[in-house]
Amino acid sequence: MKFDIPATTNPIDQLKVVGQPVDRIEGPLKTTGTAPYAYEHNVGPDTAYGYVVGAAIAKGRIASIDQSAAKAAPGVLGIVTAENAGKLEKGNFNTVKLLGGPNVDHYHQAIAVVVAGTFEQARAAAQLLRVNYERSPGRFDLAAEKDTAIKPKPGFGGPSDSSVGDFAGAFAAAPVQFEATYTTPDQSHAMMEPHASIAKWEGDKLTVWTSNQMIAWGVGDLSKTLGIPKENVRLISPYIGGGFGGKLFLRADALLAALAAREVRRPVKVALQRPLIMNNTTHRPATIQRIRLGATTDGKLTAIAHESWSGDQPGGQPETAVSQTRLLYAGEHRMTAMRLAVLDLPEGNAMRAPGEAPGMMALEIAIDEMAEKLGLDPVEFRIRNDTQVAPDNPAKPAASDPQSKALPEKHPSHPPFSQRQFVECLRLGAERFGWNQRDPKPAQAREGSWLRGIGVASAFRNNILMKSAARVRLDHRGTVTIETDMTDIGTGSYTIIAQTAAEMMGVPLKNVVVKLGDSQFPVSCGSGGQFGGNNSTSGVYAACAKLREAVAQKLGFDAQTAVFANGTVTANGRSVPLAQAADPSELVAEDGIEYGDLDKKYQQSTFGAHFVEVAVNAVTGETRVRRMLAVCAAGRILNPKTARSQVIGAMTMGVGAALMEDLVVDKRLGFFVNHDLAGYEVPVHADIPHQDVIFIDETDPISSPMKAKGVGELGICGVAAALANAVYNATGIRVRDYPITLDKLIDRLPPVA
Amino acid sequence: MKPFTFERARTPTEAASAAARHPGAKFIAGGTNLLDLMKLEIETPMHLIDVNGLGLDKIEATPDGGLRIGALVRNTDLAADARVRQDYAVLSRALLAGASGQLRNMATTAGNLLQRTRCPYFYDTNMPCNKRAPGSGCSAIGGFSRQHAVIGVSDACIATHPSDMAVALRVLDAVVETIRPDGSGRSIPIAELHRLPGDQPHIDTVLRAGEIITAVTLPKPVGGSQLYYKVRDRASFAFALVAVAAIIQQDGTGRVALGGVAHKPWRVEAAEAEMPKGAQAVVARLLAGAKPTEENAFKLKLVERVLTAMLADVRGGRV
Ligand SMILES: Cc1cc2nc3c(=O)[nH]c(=O)nc-3n(C[C@H](O)[C@H](O)[C@H](O)COP(=O)(O)OP(=O)(O)OC[C@H]3O[C@@H](n4cnc5c(N)ncnc54)[C@H](O)[C@@H]3O)c2cc1C
Ligand code: SF4
Repeated sequence: MKFDIPATTNPIDQLKVVGQPVDRIEGPLKTTGTAPYAYEHNVGPDTAYGYVVGAAIAKGRIASIDQSAAKAAPGVLGIVTAENAGKLEKGNFNTVKLLGGPNVDHYHQAIAVVVAGTFEQARAAAQLLRVNYERSPGRFDLAAEKDTAIKPKPGFGGPSDSSVGDFAGAFAAAPVQFEATYTTPDQSHAMMEPHASIAKWEGDKLTVWTSNQMIAWGVGDLSKTLGIPKENVRLISPYIGGGFGGKLFLRADALLAALAAREVRRPVKVALQRPLIMNNTTHRPATIQRIRLGATTDGKLTAIAHESWSGDQPGGQPETAVSQTRLLYAGEHRMTAMRLAVLDLPEGNAMRAPGEAPGMMALEIAIDEMAEKLGLDPVEFRIRNDTQVAPDNPAKPAASDPQSKALPEKHPSHPPFSQRQFVECLRLGAERFGWNQRDPKPAQAREGSWLRGIGVASAFRNNILMKSAARVRLDHRGTVTIETDMTDIGTGSYTIIAQTAAEMMGVPLKNVVVKLGDSQFPVSCGSGGQFGGNNSTSGVYAACAKLREAVAQKLGFDAQTAVFANGTVTANGRSVPLAQAADPSELVAEDGIEYGDLDKKYQQSTFGAHFVEVAVNAVTGETRVRRMLAVCAAGRILNPKTARSQVIGAMTMGVGAALMEDLVVDKRLGFFVNHDLAGYEVPVHADIPHQDVIFIDETDPISSPMKAKGVGELGICGVAAALANAVYNATGIRVRDYPITLDKLIDRLPPVA
Repeated sequence: MKPFTFERARTPTEAASAAARHPGAKFIAGGTNLLDLMKLEIETPMHLIDVNGLGLDKIEATPDGGLRIGALVRNTDLAADARVRQDYAVLSRALLAGASGQLRNMATTAGNLLQRTRCPYFYDTNMPCNKRAPGSGCSAIGGFSRQHAVIGVSDACIATHPSDMAVALRVLDAVVETIRPDGSGRSIPIAELHRLPGDQPHIDTVLRAGEIITAVTLPKPVGGSQLYYKVRDRASFAFALVAVAAIIQQDGTGRVALGGVAHKPWRVEAAEAEMPKGAQAVVARLLAGAKPTEENAFKLKLVERVLTAMLADVRGGRV
């Protein structure tokens, strides 16, 4: 199904099932521990265990590996290193080889997998490998390498630079100017389930049970890396214990399991050990961000500049921290730029809301600082600089496209937003949160030894369209079964897909079976970039629309007028049970959603506002969050319950980003030092207070037939800045280097009485 | 983890002599620290002696009005004991500020005292660390040292002792009772149990090979306001950046011990004479000669601020 004109009324609009806060359909399996995660599949009694050995140096080469003791250890079945792994290509989505050697590209890059009959045997033997390294110097300090950073190639986040009008001139002429530099640290996804895979070969066919967000990417990169046809690789990933972008790509667990299973001719399971994950896998790269704002005295932004520096391995990508600045606020003269330095730290890549999450951490403090400089309320300042067209994104409408006539013509070079209820989010949030209680003068609200403050930040994240396919089966009992390689990374995909199918086919939810995460199913959008919900359900919509036609034809109805409801198909006073269409044989339809250029004609984004109250201990500088509110405008909310869970999870992650998450770089030794969950702190229950989420009633017919957009990443964008702004309101102390730990406050706190 | 043999001891003396018979043997209590270290091969005992069956899990009154806490009393049980909560509140508070409920259910009194440092370089066997691999160097010096010690440090090691409980025991003047392989016992004041790193940071305590802790005794209650404040980056389940244990009397005298600042619970009795003069005077002596790193110098200020607030709270009748 091609989606190239805005959606009109369709069966989803009935909202009998879609839009309802139904419980997760796979919830009981998860809460009873019976949903099999990657490491838990039982693929045969002869399954062996692999233990991964990570490089002990950050850069250099392996001179030799003495395997004798490890090979002789009890239970050892085999050892795979680059020497005996055969020729391996690098996956399209991998910046660095997943199996290092002889060259070592970063600390804890996998250099061997030791396979044994039990996990304990494999671990003991792995520790007997004697590896001799030759170290070489590396570049580990972003600040030191900043001046060597170059202009990167255009990537997922668009071109490296953008420029509209004359920023330099407008900034120089602006009556009110603001400039500051912010830093965000490297961060780890730190998901609960480690990267894990079980591989099994049958002849030249490989099956891998794994934990991966993007099945088709995984198949492609595993087959490419191994040099075998895609058809010979099957990935199965029904349940995923969190990914946050860390499992978008083929990683060492899957490759090493496959290599190990081939070596020992038995199925092999491999989970990355927790202390390995932070340096072995990808992370969100640190940034240095410089922001300059120019405004009129009445608070209209006239000049906006945002520059960001980040680092990555050679051939890597920048953290696209300026993305939102191209779109969020009006302002005639503007520029953005991203620069990329080469670092020999582990590979940087996507983590929940890549680009916008760290970008908003900086931009939204800057906006707060500018509001203060202007003497304006920060909510009001944001409202004054709203724009209904993309300020920094010249459209390229195809001249021959008849639909382009329907477009508003006012700003032909600036496409309108498909929906932008940004101001509504700010206003509603301010009202519900009690924003007017805030004293604009900082450090005024004291409660015993606590300094109270509240802060606001905008939320912004783009809506991404990806094609997505599904297969749908109808059987003679009226059961509708969906098959798609879509994944559920804890987001609720199972449930919203079931809701979509139930709505489309007019059956109760319990009559829908959803099968996900198998590369034998049609290729979906996968889970990432907050595109999973909208696109995967749109693919299911397309497949169901096709099935409706098949049903109508079989039962002798006109597909356009037939009503699918309560398990029956009705038109012109005639009613037939749906199940009858599958008698005597099952009906199967397969289709997908593909998009035209509506995302070029319109800017599709999601919006929100975050409000946070904090209390900062006046004695110690410890910051504790008191309450949080997110208001989101993100198209149709397919399931308010799972969507809310996404947003509160994202808000929680935002608290982590604001207050504690920090992969500390040892700039001499070249690695992330705090590489376990004791050292890399993420919020615990006690850190998270009452959280509220409000969804603005919205449908976006430009986005998809579901009229939905993404929401799972919107929830993190801006949270940390809202918190930073609240800390400022509480203490009068601006911290521009995340995380906001007490050592950055203590020198400026008031004396202890 | 290296393969090891295992036995269950029935009496403390039997445990101690078994340890003496097996060089490199270790006692295992709750296992919450030892097992983690064994998995990473930071500890590589060839023989484990399970001490959970020794009957050392009681809390009893002593003839002189104090308490005798068995070495195997779980942290949860100790924190909840009515006598501890009543008379040694600082101990209960310190315990509850440590680890998590699940860990405290397993963690024992002796195991808690003998837990090893949380220095991240100690935990990474690829990195130089004098405590783990004597003579290999100290990665924390000049590296990531935000959590590390500010006083009593050496050129060989700047690690801290991570226990909360030990800080409270220090301020309470606890005494550690042990039995040696020959069956003889000794009493070690808590002040003397842990060592400073010096040039042998791999030796944490004065305990000798095979010496088993059987109990910790507390002298009779000293009253006062018994406070424990643990400063950390998140609200729970984090090791202390700085912890302050204080017992403050109505007349303004008192005692104070610190966690998170040294290789052992840190207390300087002489500094306590300054208590009536205020926190600044106390801390000036308590942390005299401190040698913080650039990353952890904030701990000095933090200690002073917390103690100032504690004294003010007691004076103001808020605690
Ligand atoms: C995630 C995590 C967070 C934590 N957070 C904190 C915290 O915030 N604050 C805090 O104080 N602690 C914390 N801890 C540490 C915890 O308190 C210790 O692991 C625990 O107290 C150790 O007790 P155990 O009985 O399990 O000792 P074990 O692991 O069994 O033993 C520890 C050591 O003591 C020795 N030993 C045990 N019993 C005896 C005996 N009777 N005689 C002689 N030697 C003996 C063992 O040989 C071993 O060397 C944390 C631990 C973890 C894993
Ligand atoms: S501080 Fe001590 S424990 Fe840490 S690296 Fe140095 S020697 Fe090892």
